[in-house]
Amino acid sequence: MPESPKTIIKVKNLTVGYGDTIVLRDVSFDVGRGEIFVVLGGSGCGKSTLLKNMIGLYRPRAGQILYDGQDIVTAEGVQRRSLLRSIGVMYQSGALFGSLTLMENVRLPLEEFTDLPDPAMDLIAAMKLQLVGLKDFGHYLPSELSGGMRKRAAIARAMVLDPQILFLDEPTAGLDPITSAEMDQLILQLAESLTMTFVIVTHELPSIFAVADRVIMLDQRAKGIVASGSPAQLRDTSTDPWVRSFFRRETTPVAIQQEDRPPHE
Amino acid sequence: MKPFTKKPSAALPGDVCRILEHNEETLYLSLTGRLDASATAQLWTPLLNLVENIAPQLLRVKADAVTYCDGAGIGLLMELARRQLKRQGQYSLNGLKEEIAHLWSQYQPEDFLEIHSTRPQPCCMPEEAGRLVVHAWQSMLDMVRFTGELTLALLHAARHPRSVRWPEVWLVMEKAGVNALFIVGLISFLIGLIMAFQATIPMRQFGVEIYVANLTALSMLRELGPLMTALLLAGRSGSAFAAELGTMKINEEIDALTTMGLAPIPFLVVTRVLATVMIMPLLSLFANLMGLVGGAVVLLSLGYPLITYINQVKAAVNLLDLTGGLAKTLIFALIVAGVGCLYGLKTRSGASAVGDSATRAVVMGIILIVIADGLFAVVYYYLGI
Ligand SMILES: Nc1ncnc2c1ncn2[C@@H]1O[C@H](COP(=O)(O)OP(=O)(O)OP(=O)(O)O)[C@@H](O)[C@H]1O
Ligand SMILES: [Mg+2]
Repeated sequence: MPESPKTIIKVKNLTVGYGDTIVLRDVSFDVGRGEIFVVLGGSGCGKSTLLKNMIGLYRPRAGQILYDGQDIVTAEGVQRRSLLRSIGVMYQSGALFGSLTLMENVRLPLEEFTDLPDPAMDLIAAMKLQLVGLKDFGHYLPSELSGGMRKRAAIARAMVLDPQILFLDEPTAGLDPITSAEMDQLILQLAESLTMTFVIVTHELPSIFAVADRVIMLDQRAKGIVASGSPAQLRDTSTDPWVRSFFRRETTPVAIQQEDRPPHE
Repeated sequence: MKPFTKKPSAALPGDVCRILEHNEETLYLSLTGRLDASATAQLWTPLLNLVENIAPQLLRVKADAVTYCDGAGIGLLMELARRQLKRQGQYSLNGLKEEIAHLWSQYQPEDFLEIHSTRPQPCCMPEEAGRLVVHAWQSMLDMVRFTGELTLALLHAARHPRSVRWPEVWLVMEKAGVNALFIVGLISFLIGLIMAFQATIPMRQFGVEIYVANLTALSMLRELGPLMTALLLAGRSGSAFAAELGTMKINEEIDALTTMGLAPIPFLVVTRVLATVMIMPLLSLFANLMGLVGGAVVLLSLGYPLITYINQVKAAVNLLDLTGGLAKTLIFALIVAGVGCLYGLKTRSGASAVGDSATRAVVMGIILIVIADGLFAVVYYYLGI
């Protein structure tokens, strides 16, 4: 990891909501290049909402989201397209296209954004599916897969372009611990080899400790960030009761596990 | 999918890839710089063509000057390895930076010898034909089973009217009935108008224009009013039922109902069938009226007074014509709602499945309505109605 990562995403005084309700108020934080940034918080506190605003899907009430100084909300045309090219998103529900096979789903961003010849796209898509353990399911339709398999296929689609920044909304929820650890491993590897930046929403404590460089915790009542820091900092020093109980719930077994054997073999 | 286009003219981009050594056995290449998607896209075809033409026994790639290599670049390296493997040649890749080597080491060329991207297609005609027959037979069985279950559920509902969810029935009646008034009225009015108008021309030759009233009244009441209403409802509500239940099926809502002990047919289908059966005769009555209004407009414009038209209509039709027409709509309503719900419940998974179900429901609904109408015509003929 770079010691003091240069800021790649700067969120300034962001206020977001739906209709008359405000979900998050006046939130600011920075994400550094190559950093694995984890967003935590109780169910319904606005993590997915924050993510969708960060990728420019919704127009925030107030505030700015700057990618290398460029505001995604106001970017238009070529600028917007090149911004979108540099980010990959996995939605909480997977959002695979139901009428396309897995392979076609994964190929789609390649077709849209690159000039690679056809067999190249097939091969690259197959390689990404292999990374998530789905190589033999390329010709399946999403509806013929289990929930966890869909999730993994969605991860493959999100990272097929090797974007600079990957947003993952609960990538490992519903996966078994072993697959989940493999996904963590994959994330670490991509962050290291390609200096990819990750913004991840997750509740899995083992994942958080395995990958996260920095964590922010959102809260529904405060409508904002109640804690931020490295996972160990939050576990050991936070005074917020929610944060403490969240990390206490499982910290002991995880700590023991991590001492007993390396987290990934 | 586009076929792999060979462009032998495309030159190897020399700044990225250079040939270091080339003899009968060996091809020694060096790669330089960033191997990202755009560089790879330029390199892919010329490089592979080159290697394919030379077909070296040993392909060596020197990659120590590669500064960045993402999935696309790794894909290119893999393709080279894969082709060597296929022609049983050898491949050596050296000098990859440690981080990139990590990425590369996750894959084995043997895993990618074959890549399936699309669904295997069923092959030959007999197989297809067999599938079609089996499928048609299954559909018929489904329809028979569904009809049976629906009949039982309706009988149960008749014996225990309190078990029916009436609020939903009213809602469906409003959506399928009240909201359809405009389109049903408009179409019937125009049909009455057009029919009367077309009929005046031959009738005038015989000087019996006034019989246009008889023609309009008889055909509207006995045939066109009920039929047009049924066809419109098949398109409007049959498809809506199929889409609604189909979406529920896909979202596992139907499964959820079943596990809660609520059978989908009494819970979802009976309400829709009852609502359609109650609303269709009323709509058809309205259609008849609008058709007659259309006829009246034509005769008024020919100079006949309204009262003459009304008297002529009264003399032309009797109550049996009206009730016979309306009786048909009860069966049409059963068909529209039943077929819509059946295809909704039969929806298979996938995003396009709901659309398919709605389409099939409309097509099947229309076919069955027309068949039923023909049967009615025969039966009424023998009954003398
Ligand atoms: N499309 C929407 N329209 C209106 N309100 C919404 C919409 N989506 C979410 N909300 C509201 O916004 C709030 C935050 O929702 P969000 O989906 O961001 O939560 P979350 O933190 O991702 O929760 P979870 O961990 O359960 O996924 C919730 O109170 C929810 O009711
Ligand atoms: Mg969420």
